[in-house]
Amino acid sequence: MKRFALAGNPNSGKTTLFNILTGSTAHVGNWPGVTVDKREGTYKKLDEPVSIVDLPGIYSLSPYTPEEVVSRNYILDEKPDCVINIVDSTNLERNLYLTTQVLEMDVPVVIALNMIDMLEKQGDKINAEELEKRLGVPVVEISALKGTGVDEVMQRAYKACESARKGTTVLENCELFHLIRDVRIALQGQKIDNPLFHAIKLVENDEIEVKMHPETIGMVEEFKKTFTNDLFGTDFECLVADARYKYISDNYSPLLNKKQKGIKHSHSDKIDKVLTNKWAGIPIFLVILFAMFHLTFGEDFLYLGTIFNLPELNMAEGIGRDLVACFYDGAIFSPGVVLFNLMDLLTSTIFGAITGLIESWGASAAVSGLIGSVFDGIGGVLSFVPQVVFLLLLLAILEDTGYMARVAFILDRIFRRFGVSGRAFIPMVMGFGCSVPAIVNTRTLADERERTLTIRSIPFFTCGAKLPILLAVSGAIVTAFGIGNADIITYSMYVIGVLVAAVTIILMRSTTQRGEVAPFIMELPEYRLPRLKSLAVLLWDKAKHYIQKVFTVILASSILVWFLSNFGWDWKICEIDQSILASIGKFIQPIFTPLGFGSQLGSFGWVFAVAAILGLIAKENVLAAFLTIASVLMGMVASGDLTWVNPEVLSPEVLAELETLIASGEFSENGYEVIAMIAATGIDWPGLISFIVFNMTTIPCFAAVAAARGELGKGKKTTLTILFWLATSFVVSAITYVICTMIATWSLWSIIVSAVIVVLAVASVFIIRAYNKKHPIKSN
Amino acid sequence: MKKLSEFAIGETGKVVTISAETKIRRRLLDMGVTPGVEIYLRKKAPLGDPIEITIRGYELTLRKTEADCIEMEATK
Repeated sequence: MKRFALAGNPNSGKTTLFNILTGSTAHVGNWPGVTVDKREGTYKKLDEPVSIVDLPGIYSLSPYTPEEVVSRNYILDEKPDCVINIVDSTNLERNLYLTTQVLEMDVPVVIALNMIDMLEKQGDKINAEELEKRLGVPVVEISALKGTGVDEVMQRAYKACESARKGTTVLENCELFHLIRDVRIALQGQKIDNPLFHAIKLVENDEIEVKMHPETIGMVEEFKKTFTNDLFGTDFECLVADARYKYISDNYSPLLNKKQKGIKHSHSDKIDKVLTNKWAGIPIFLVILFAMFHLTFGEDFLYLGTIFNLPELNMAEGIGRDLVACFYDGAIFSPGVVLFNLMDLLTSTIFGAITGLIESWGASAAVSGLIGSVFDGIGGVLSFVPQVVFLLLLLAILEDTGYMARVAFILDRIFRRFGVSGRAFIPMVMGFGCSVPAIVNTRTLADERERTLTIRSIPFFTCGAKLPILLAVSGAIVTAFGIGNADIITYSMYVIGVLVAAVTIILMRSTTQRGEVAPFIMELPEYRLPRLKSLAVLLWDKAKHYIQKVFTVILASSILVWFLSNFGWDWKICEIDQSILASIGKFIQPIFTPLGFGSQLGSFGWVFAVAAILGLIAKENVLAAFLTIASVLMGMVASGDLTWVNPEVLSPEVLAELETLIASGEFSENGYEVIAMIAATGIDWPGLISFIVFNMTTIPCFAAVAAARGELGKGKKTTLTILFWLATSFVVSAITYVICTMIATWSLWSIIVSAVIVVLAVASVFIIRAYNKKHPIKSN
Repeated sequence: MKKLSEFAIGETGKVVTISAETKIRRRLLDMGVTPGVEIYLRKKAPLGDPIEITIRGYELTLRKTEADCIEMEATK
């Protein structure tokens, strides 16, 4: 099968074109660098099917970031049959700079002049026929967004790849051309492919080329001795770049007929006046961030319930009440919460009906027990899917409009103080959605140290899968101990995560990852309205991803947890406290004692240890394990067994409420599982907070570990990263536990331990500072 | 002659030389910051740094430390 590669500048519309050509649903964003790895699809409208490869966007073939190396190596080594070079016609000069380099390779090239509709909207016109003549390769005007011209591009590419093409260069009038020609002849003599391309890169002193052709670089060095240029001296790299741009502005730019000369003031400008305003910029960013989280999990939308003191829902029991309660109960719920409630109602109704049906067939207690706990496990996780996807939608809207790139611009100054550039903000904020794409996105960062730092800090940006743990546990803290406010606990957990990221980045920057902050040179895309189609594609993709995970990993671990918690080592059904899971849990439980959810807990305390360990595989497992085991407890309630309830941990009012609920048989209602765990284990709220913090700061999931390994390589760096996550989660949760205990009890030991922590922290700051002063970094 | 980092918002000028270290200079060149090109200083970030410039018809952002390496000739 023939292979066509799509190459072009970042944000020039390659992925949009790729999706149209292949009918695929790759994610399109509005910041430079959404595609960081190559992707393949098939185009079927020609005589034979053709494979289309979408390459990461690049500004030049002299690689600066790792994803640029991917593109360069693909064209050179994999030898596609044709390169379709996408050129953003609204940004002609810079896009053609890459074109001049692509044309130097011995490969058929077709230029797709994209965003021609946008250009026409601005009242500008481009002389495509003349451009085709001057470039010497086919030029087709297209709009990838509207789909115009894309089939013509494919037809012309199909035709172009019938005959071989020799590389051409715009550097023929450049004073270095003699040297380029001589090096090319030398390389040709060595039977090297793409001699012209390699010759030019070698003359430019490109790192990769110099390593590849050590025997030829001597020629260039020799020539350098006799050469001088007034402006650039012997800096051939500059000379070549300058010659390219000069050629472009002399020969190609005049073909663009601009309606408005000089500097244009677009609508982007007006929006930017507000959004990146000197005074309002940062406050607006904070408001948008808050609004995003409030819309997703605010239990009191716009605080209308509190402001107007709205009454509790007063309706007769039944499906009607259940439905209304999804939207309103004493307060109007935010859209994210409404989505959760609706999904929760749906799953519990469906699963309830199935369980009822199975019981009516007279299934044995073990079978209905298994089905009950598995449904509780996956149902609980499934309920959160719409809410999580909603948060991802809001993030995608910010990204698609181009605002995210502005945030990097606004925040760079602040981020630099911590040792990373504003660009690192983009993968970090993606981490609020999912750590895996966020880690992969760090490939757009040019500096290796910055990439390592960012990858390590990404898990601290609480991802969608951790959100359910956060919501369920903080809700339970409020109900069981009657303290605080679930919203505030949730927000502060996010804040703690960000603080941990900031502190660990500073720490790494002053110990293992010392060095200058990476430069910040980034294109700011134009603002545009979010595109419904691309958002819909994204939502479908994410929802599919989560649901797949629920029915594979989570289903499997729910069954496993049920089995291990119902069977003993003798393979016989037994009490949960004698089960295999209990004995494994009890074995590892002591590790978590300093964190507040280890040996100090009562009879079911091992559940927390088990949940924390299962959470290392996937965070959804934490809640699923709770729910599965809680459902066993619920079964005990049903049979009148209340011996597992620890009366002393719960406040008297909560205990009374719990007893009424148990008496009325309503205890099994959703939201009480964590309460059941609290009642059974006797964990205190500092222990619960520490448990959340542990889950938020530890190894996020196996998928994220695999992604990190993909970016950092198989060696020591990945191992250290995993150890770093484990160590951070232990230290941070232990500190959280001690400080929360101090606030809760003001006991002497907690005050002493807190003081010791503070002293140690201050001391280590001084030690690190002193060491760094003594051992300054060698500048490279 | 003055540096791009010393430009005020709304000022326009032509690039004379770029003296940054190799990697940064390479990137600046690739992005179209070459001698003779016209740069318009569009905006500064809320904290005064980085800056946003219009160059070759598009928007580019860079830090003051990078702009410090770009010698300019003001045209207005």
